[in-house]
Amino acid sequence: MQLELARLDGQAPGAATAPQDSPLAIRGLTVSYGEKPAVFSVDATFRPGSMTAIIGPNGAGKSTLLKSALGIVTPLSGQVTSWGRPLNSQRHRIAYVPQRASVDWDFPTRVLDVVLMGLYRDLGLLGRVRTRHLEKAMSCLSRVGMEGFADRQIGQLSGGQQQRVFLARALAQGADLYLLDEPLAGVDAATEKAIIAVLKELRASGCTVIAVHHDLATVTDYFDHVFLINTTAIAAGPVAEAFTAANLHRAYGGRLAQTPVGTVA
Amino acid sequence: MLIDALTLQLGYNASLVAIGAGLLGIAAGATGTFLFLGKRALVSDAVSHATLPGVGLAFILMVALGGDGRNLPGLLAGSALSAGLGLLCVSWLTRRTRLSADAAIGAVLSVFFGAGVVLLTVIQTMSGGRQAGLDSFLLGSTAGMLRSDALIIALGGALVLAAVLVLRRPMALVAFDAEFAAAQGMNVKRIDLAMMGLAMAITVVGLKMVGLILIVALLIIPPVAARFWSERVDHVVLLAGAFGGLSGYVGAAISATAPALPTGPIIVIVAFGLFALSLLAAPGRGVLAALLRHRRFQTRVHLRQGLLALAQGQPIYEPLTLRLMRRAGYVRADGVATEAGRAKATRAALDERRWQMLRGDPRHEAAAARYDGLTPLERVLTADQITELDRGLGPEAAR
Repeated sequence: MQLELARLDGQAPGAATAPQDSPLAIRGLTVSYGEKPAVFSVDATFRPGSMTAIIGPNGAGKSTLLKSALGIVTPLSGQVTSWGRPLNSQRHRIAYVPQRASVDWDFPTRVLDVVLMGLYRDLGLLGRVRTRHLEKAMSCLSRVGMEGFADRQIGQLSGGQQQRVFLARALAQGADLYLLDEPLAGVDAATEKAIIAVLKELRASGCTVIAVHHDLATVTDYFDHVFLINTTAIAAGPVAEAFTAANLHRAYGGRLAQTPVGTVA
Repeated sequence: MLIDALTLQLGYNASLVAIGAGLLGIAAGATGTFLFLGKRALVSDAVSHATLPGVGLAFILMVALGGDGRNLPGLLAGSALSAGLGLLCVSWLTRRTRLSADAAIGAVLSVFFGAGVVLLTVIQTMSGGRQAGLDSFLLGSTAGMLRSDALIIALGGALVLAAVLVLRRPMALVAFDAEFAAAQGMNVKRIDLAMMGLAMAITVVGLKMVGLILIVALLIIPPVAARFWSERVDHVVLLAGAFGGLSGYVGAAISATAPALPTGPIIVIVAFGLFALSLLAAPGRGVLAALLRHRRFQTRVHLRQGLLALAQGQPIYEPLTLRLMRRAGYVRADGVATEAGRAKATRAALDERRWQMLRGDPRHEAAAARYDGLTPLERVLTADQITELDRGLGPEAAR
């Protein structure tokens, strides 16, 4: 396992991704909530059609990286482009799935209404919800196996079901790039399987998937690329090259004695 | 007299006032829904209290310029300016300092209101200031309200309502999931400010009628009451508008029957009546419905446990269980099981054994998740599946 194999720009060797081809290219991104930066000078170029896990210890800036790339959190400095253009001009091609805990699940809304939120760009301010919108929303719900829950109040759902509804809302956007913040945190095994199946379908259809992920044991099974972060970028690249014991040790420090890819000496 | 007022028989002016109050109430209820759902209810309290110094300064300025100090558009313009300043203060304090929202609201509310009270006192000592009536801005009054005043209120309410209609989707989305809204490219800060601006407009428009101390009630009580009845944002908005409109209309009509009745408090009391009714009687989220649901559930649990105890030949001591078992005809008055009770108990015990079997079987993982100790297995599995399951139970199941 050689450290040199892990390259910081998320490229496979011999098949470099130029920033203008990348659905998400980040340069020098720094975010700070106080005096201490949460993310410091991170460069990342995500490969089109890849499925990347963003991993790192708690408080390493994984979620912050996604949020600041999307402008949900205002970065201190840095530049983000999508397919070579400013990210703001490409938002219609980008879907975001926030952490489940970030919303109030007692909000008066039904499952179907949440999915319809993914179509607001289509609907505009005053446009009526038409049959084609409802059909689109229902087909997204059935892709995550939640078509039987369309009329439920969202507060009645289990955590895994809530997560699947969030994914359905993102699918409704019909995006080319999907950013997910801990989509598998605290969900049941059936949901995990369903979500991963949908994400792999997306990749198979040419979409790019980037997910904050916390379970090191499943990285190899679920993803083809990893991005290791601990405030600064630690390593990035195809799983086989970047997801190494040495890199994990650099990202997690002494907190990780046993890694899925071998024991750190 | 009240019937006359409600049916608009008290003359043109009183009718106009009631209609104006109704429109204001509809707009307030609809606007307030987004404040309430976005957990911003108290900000509007700070904003409404921040109107007072603006009213006082506008009065002083208009008198100093030789005009009529009580000119309503002038007073409202002044109140809007100071309310806007108060809103910016709250928003700046929460974003740029370490103060939490409640502290920022408390500070702005008390400082602005205090300044306003000082100005009112100064005005009262002013010579030649036709000051009578300024304190009606505290609690609202329709007595001696001009026709043009009522028209301003009705028009303002209608304008705010139209704006709420246009902004309902972004405001609901920001209230529910601001991160998703931001990721879609919406300017969350601007939508938030627009929402607060609409609440400010309601405050300013309703100042003369409801008063600055109680206008927050007209913004918040209708949506809170409406929330008991529906699980859909659009329905909550419509219902809140209806509740607000009803409160405004009926409250203004009641206060028109006697000149001494302050309008604001009457409107709020009517709104509170609707709230109390919703709290108690609404199906689903109402208190009575919840109580009934709980009692029904408790009854099922006790009956099930009683039957399982019977099946195992254990004595039942729990008085509630005994009472329910007697009422269901499962045990006699002396506590001995009846024929029907024994049959029921055997079935309950079999059901429980089947469930335990099922829960130990990984093939039935999905079905096992539905175990709550109460649902009969027949509702979860087909007859064939149960027969299959019974094989595992052995000869016992045939008992």
